[in-house]
Amino acid sequence: MVLNVANTVKWMTLVNEKIQENKEYLTELDQAIGDGDHGINMARGFQEVEVKITATDYDNVSDLLKDVSMTLLSKVGGAAGPLYGTAFLKLSMEVKGSETLDFPKFKSGLQEALAGIKQRGKAEKNEKTLVDVWEPLVDYLNSQDSFNAADFESAAKEAMEATKDLEATKGRAAYLRERSIGHLDPGSVSSFYIFSSLAEVLKEGD
Amino acid sequence: MANVSIVLVSHSSKVVEGIRDIIKQMVPAVSIGIAGGTEEGEIGTSIDKITKAIEEVHSVGGVLVFYDIGSAKMNAELAVELNEYENVHIAEAPILEGAFVAAVEAGMGKSLEEVQVAAEKNDRR
Repeated sequence: MVLNVANTVKWMTLVNEKIQENKEYLTELDQAIGDGDHGINMARGFQEVEVKITATDYDNVSDLLKDVSMTLLSKVGGAAGPLYGTAFLKLSMEVKGSETLDFPKFKSGLQEALAGIKQRGKAEKNEKTLVDVWEPLVDYLNSQDSFNAADFESAAKEAMEATKDLEATKGRAAYLRERSIGHLDPGSVSSFYIFSSLAEVLKEGD
Repeated sequence: MANVSIVLVSHSSKVVEGIRDIIKQMVPAVSIGIAGGTEEGEIGTSIDKITKAIEEVHSVGGVLVFYDIGSAKMNAELAVELNEYENVHIAEAPILEGAFVAAVEAGMGKSLEEVQVAAEKNDRR
């Protein structure tokens, strides 16, 4: 795999497309166990990301990822803003100055992004948050020597679906305790869109 | 030395306006910055609003920030980290009761550390 400016722009554009298409669905998921603003917040944030990065020329992927981060931080609104914003910020810092990302660089970047999310949200695995998608994916990548888009996507999907049976102990859903069981975690679903978009973009490039 | 200032961060602008009214009635001599709701005026928190509120009341005495729920804490932390403020602390205390105790202490000219300890102890709860 190689992530360059062109396919990273494509990646973010596709994330935006999926978020816009599933805005209502994300809202419904969040209404069930949260405050119901995840769809609207993510749609606003990624719309702004697309506007920003398609209007800017980048020399390297790390600057692009930093702009993604800053846009999400200031535009998303709910808890997803600081969490995704921190994730993309840590990713961009880890690969600072890189024109393109190869697989080892992407792996270490994603590892730092995960560490950022956990630190920012004071969250661990199995608390029914987006950590439950990011951590299994980082573990999966660390067990691989090369990137397989189809396997990556199914690992993301499996992790997202596994959040349904968890009881939330972090985030708004934690107030509902056992009532949160049986619902997908909205942040894990939006994380799935981010990773399935990446898989699709890199599949095309194969 | 200037009094410690206070910043209130909430998902709702009405919440922070109301808390400021309550505190001002008793402690008029302490600056209180507020950051309630999102840029669009909806329920949520905004790093930009929090940053502006801190800048508005910032002084050598320092600033103590209070937050309500969820994203408020994360956005408050980010506002402090991204701006690399040194004398801005985030208090772990209930936003109304904590900020009230802090304002009273700040009005007596206590240091940032003393005000924070008093707010977090919050034995008037």
